[in-house]
Amino acid sequence: MASNSSGSSDRQRVAQQRLRIITGHLQGREDGDSTIIAAECKAEGSQTDVSREEGKTVPRRRQEIMKWNGWGYSDTKFLFNKKGQAEFTGKRYRLSGMIIPALKEWFEGTFGASMQHKSPAAPVLNSGAVQPPTLNEAFLEELKSTGIPFSHDAEDRVFRAHGHCLHEIFALREGKVGRVPDMVVWPNCHDDVVKIVELACKHDVCLIPYGGGTSVSSGLECPPEETRCIVSVDTSQMNRILWIDEKNLTAHVEAGIVGQDLERLLNESGYCTGHEPDSMEFSSLGGWVATRASGMKKNIYGNIEDLVVHVKMVTPQGVIEKSCRGPRMSTGPDIHHFIMGSEGTLGVVTEVTMKIRPMPEYQKYGSVVFPNFEQGVACLREVAKQRCAPASIRLMDNEQFKFGHALKPQVSSMFTSFLDGLKKFYITKFKGFDPDRLCVATLLFEGGREKVLQHEKQVYDIAAKFGGLAAGEDNGQRGYMLTFVIAYLRDLGMEYYVIGESFETSVPWDRVLDICRNVKARVIGECKNKGVQFQPLSTCRVTQTYDTGACVYFYFAFNYRGLSDPVHVYEQVERAAREEILANGGSLSHHHGVGKLRKEWMRETISNVGMGMLQSVKDYVDPKNIFGNRNLL
Amino acid sequence: MSNTYRVSCGAGLENEEEFVDILEERRRSSDLGHALRTFSPHPYKGAESCSNADLNKAVLESQYLRYMAKEIAAETGSSLEEVREEACGILEEMSQNLQLKCIRLLGFTMTKVLKRLYSSIFVNMEGLNMLQQSIEEHPVILMPNHRSYMDFLIISYIMFTYDIPMPFIAAGIPLAGMKLVGELLRRSGAFFIRRAIGSDKLYWAVLSEYVRTIVKTGIAPLEFYVEGLRSRTLKSVMPKLGMMHMVMEPFFKGEVYDITLIPISISYDRVLEESLLAQELLGIPKLKESTTGLLKASKVLQEDYGSMHVNFGRPMSVRHLCEGKINRCQYNLVPRDLPQKPSAEVQACVSWLAHLMVRVQEEGSVMGPWALMACLLLQAPTRVLTEEGLPWQELTDKTLWLRKLALDFGARLNWPSGQGQAPDTDVMSSTVALHGSVVNRKAGRVFLVQEEEPARNRPISPEEEMISTAAAVLMLASYRNMSLHIFVRPALLATALHITKTTQKDELLAFFCFLRDVFSNEFIFIPGNSSQDFEEACSLLKKCGAVHVSEQEVTVSDAGLEVLSFLQALLQPFIDSYQVIFRYLCENEVHVHAEKQFLTAVRNLATELILSGELHTYEALSSDTHKNVLSALQRLDTVTKLRASEQNEYTVNKAAVRRIDDILSGKIPPQMLHTTPEAKL
Repeated sequence: MASNSSGSSDRQRVAQQRLRIITGHLQGREDGDSTIIAAECKAEGSQTDVSREEGKTVPRRRQEIMKWNGWGYSDTKFLFNKKGQAEFTGKRYRLSGMIIPALKEWFEGTFGASMQHKSPAAPVLNSGAVQPPTLNEAFLEELKSTGIPFSHDAEDRVFRAHGHCLHEIFALREGKVGRVPDMVVWPNCHDDVVKIVELACKHDVCLIPYGGGTSVSSGLECPPEETRCIVSVDTSQMNRILWIDEKNLTAHVEAGIVGQDLERLLNESGYCTGHEPDSMEFSSLGGWVATRASGMKKNIYGNIEDLVVHVKMVTPQGVIEKSCRGPRMSTGPDIHHFIMGSEGTLGVVTEVTMKIRPMPEYQKYGSVVFPNFEQGVACLREVAKQRCAPASIRLMDNEQFKFGHALKPQVSSMFTSFLDGLKKFYITKFKGFDPDRLCVATLLFEGGREKVLQHEKQVYDIAAKFGGLAAGEDNGQRGYMLTFVIAYLRDLGMEYYVIGESFETSVPWDRVLDICRNVKARVIGECKNKGVQFQPLSTCRVTQTYDTGACVYFYFAFNYRGLSDPVHVYEQVERAAREEILANGGSLSHHHGVGKLRKEWMRETISNVGMGMLQSVKDYVDPKNIFGNRNLL
Repeated sequence: MSNTYRVSCGAGLENEEEFVDILEERRRSSDLGHALRTFSPHPYKGAESCSNADLNKAVLESQYLRYMAKEIAAETGSSLEEVREEACGILEEMSQNLQLKCIRLLGFTMTKVLKRLYSSIFVNMEGLNMLQQSIEEHPVILMPNHRSYMDFLIISYIMFTYDIPMPFIAAGIPLAGMKLVGELLRRSGAFFIRRAIGSDKLYWAVLSEYVRTIVKTGIAPLEFYVEGLRSRTLKSVMPKLGMMHMVMEPFFKGEVYDITLIPISISYDRVLEESLLAQELLGIPKLKESTTGLLKASKVLQEDYGSMHVNFGRPMSVRHLCEGKINRCQYNLVPRDLPQKPSAEVQACVSWLAHLMVRVQEEGSVMGPWALMACLLLQAPTRVLTEEGLPWQELTDKTLWLRKLALDFGARLNWPSGQGQAPDTDVMSSTVALHGSVVNRKAGRVFLVQEEEPARNRPISPEEEMISTAAAVLMLASYRNMSLHIFVRPALLATALHITKTTQKDELLAFFCFLRDVFSNEFIFIPGNSSQDFEEACSLLKKCGAVHVSEQEVTVSDAGLEVLSFLQALLQPFIDSYQVIFRYLCENEVHVHAEKQFLTAVRNLATELILSGELHTYEALSSDTHKNVLSALQRLDTVTKLRASEQNEYTVNKAAVRRIDDILSGKIPPQMLHTTPEAKL
């Protein structure tokens, strides 16, 4: 925890409290101390009874703590209780156990959904729906002799056959299962992976690396045309911090560790990576590397490509890695860039050396209300121009601002009543803000206390030039909390005929407003064309700022009552939205990756020659297509 | 309701539309009350409130203009300051200054004038309602056709009356030069564009940025004439693409989600300028627009001009229209604020769209009995019209026959049928009465009205007499032109059937395409649509029973001769006129033709031929036709404009012209003109 010897002012107390809160919403419920686990590689044998390891979130049998057909922990979900009030169950999050009074009205009003019209999921997985595994006996025999745990249990296999794209979850809820891996293996360390890959090459088995399972690019889907035995390589048990180098501020970590464990374990030693993608509770280090992930606090810590110092990846041709840990090299094209973004097509990332930083002394949330989205974007652009972006700065549009409000819990000791406060604002000082146009930016400052306060002032001064008004810490904090619970909301929607998803892009500054307007309008237009009976929710936020542009995140959801094939409609709209993004100068992806979902646009994105380069790398590294998930190319 | 009526378009009741006479209300209530009405339109929802000064400032400070100013300063060697000042001056000369007070004043005056001139102004309310909704959704472009000065403010007048945001209107700069009137127009939303901009880079830059800014910000609907100028022949004019480009660019570049185009067809029973038009076409120069001229013209206010139709077309989404035609990614790699030469794809799309708008305007225009009667009158020998007169009965019988054909072809016909109380002959009688300036009816016969010259001492020379007849014929031709778009495609096919004497569909198609190519400055066709046009021609002729169409053949039915000979005769004046010019170009010794001399020489030749009785059509005297031939030949690469020439000089590939002439006369089979290599024999 943040320790500070220079006095004990109120502000510091508050700061420490904030830190506890933030770690709190990331922390699992495990009691007792967790320690850094011994570094040597120790295979545990193949017993299926996996007892919970100390301090680790992800067991081999994920279904023990996580939903098989939805997002996140089994004990945590939104529901409408008997009184018709929305409630968030479980104890893991700050919102857990709370009533959210405004959600129902927002939900019904926004989507035209009704409590009377439910679309419940199939309650349990029917193993009969799962194809029996195609096993490669020779591979299986040799694998057994290595002692690496594996399973061909239907639940285990189904769990690793999907990410969290809408169509994937929708199918599971309907109890539909397509091609799934034929078995799952749990390597415990780098050497285990080497053995698995060797055997796979020897026996021509298809391998699909599996990290946190949070893919939203159809990256984990098994190619239906694959006839070989498909083995899912679940890296979740490779989850140790192997060493911390305090002189150079690096940590060497096994790639299967999930974000929240990595952060928590480092915090115990007073460090952090500062890499916080929205999926960090479940996504893994190896997954970040393989998809070129981006973290919310990249303004201070950088994106994954800035954080990685050294990577080890096991490929069919052997292990690829650099020979030293120099901070920069001029040795031809950086081989890390063949690894980062390879999306499991070349090998398994097993170990990563990454930068660490001392934990920040002080953290402070903040928020700014702007009269409209245009002013908000102009402010973010100015902040980027002056290179004074806080750890995180995000701008939500009006729809998302209202959505955020709908999620305000009943007991609001922590959450000051923003809207009420704001109403007062209107009447008094800030008349002229149109509630249907205003938008809010959420901020997170981090660093030394003095510097944070100085920085905060600088940012608020800029905001003021664009008509922005400081709107308090709680609004900021709630904005970030929403990030973690929003994925659970989709499951609630799906109980009531509402489906949706998010997608993202990066775009030059001068295009930001245009792309936001056009993509939102396109989504609404396409929904109408495709026969969607209700007005969809089409909203966006600017989530990252760069020198030359920004990352924009869209949410889109609609009520599908009356449609015979809602997923198909959904996919058509999403596709149209992606075309609109590309036509407006946006990138194919900022951090979600390509997978199979966005493959069709790769050629126009990186040119013919670019495709040829990537293909030739693939052909050399993996001529037999052992890593056959068919992502990217 | 007495003030509404339906226009029948094509056969069948389902196609009828309701038009409302907006003058009816004005006649019943106070003009002042109308002028002072509360005006609270619903603007475009994405528009920022923005004053005219803000708009101008945004234009001058735009990245684009700054870049261009720098570039021009570097090219011309003048200082950046000077260039920017010049830009400022251009903008000042150009920009509108819309003010509601002025609209009210204008509204008041216009009510007075309109009531005097017109018996009614019919507006389709459904179109107006759709427009009202569109304006809130996306930036809107109003695209009327242009047949009369009256077009200029009528849209604004209607918008004011129905609480729709006032448009900014692109106008020619001569209007700005009129004392008081210019300023009044400016304050009514007009902005002024110079006629010959040529290669004035700075002017283009200011104009295009001004237009784009209006569209991007959506502060007001933009109104412009895609035809570029007022049609002197009442026939559609080949669309101009410059303005269309500027308007479309914000969509191509993603600066707006969509743009809505509203085609508007304004049709007149009788146009104010009818006699001026004919004079202009005969080379009697156009009077410069001036306020005193306008006052002098006030005698036109004494006459009756029948009714006017303003048909607001269905809103058209640019996004929808351009789907699959434009790859918007082409703007990804260069800042959108920098000048970029439009790609071939963009040019083709803009041109297609501009032509399409003209076609839609044509389809929306409403024609009265007079357009049909003019067709028929022109098919009688001119001598009959001037000397013995055409029997009234013959004319009315034929007109009724033609009405049926026009309806078969899908015309929107304004043929009052006032609850059966006005028999068709009454309608035709009153039509002829309305057009007393062109024809008169005496003793059961119809005669062409010849201009009454002031008392003169010497006898009238044959040339003078011919000019006077020509003026009347050209007036008549203009009214005929109002119906041409209905007949032109079947008429091309009828001509193809007549000249080729074949029934083979592929040969007919080839000849059809040839005719379409040669005459596409005369009649407006959508580029690349030739086979659709051909199919349309076949199906219309089939529909009226004139031909049988099979997989390979088009054969004339016995009953079809009347239709086909009418249609062929409809085009004959154009073919004759073109051939006169072709022959002039082939036989002349001159190698380089200056445009001015060319026009005079061709007119002289035509005069000579008419007087000698070799040429029967007075339309060969029309300078509009002469110019069209020149443009057509340029388009067909047989005439080349000399680059260096200041006075528009041309060289002619005589062999190529002769070949076109030979094909047109049926001497040699057609070949695809565009693919002909420039064989200089």
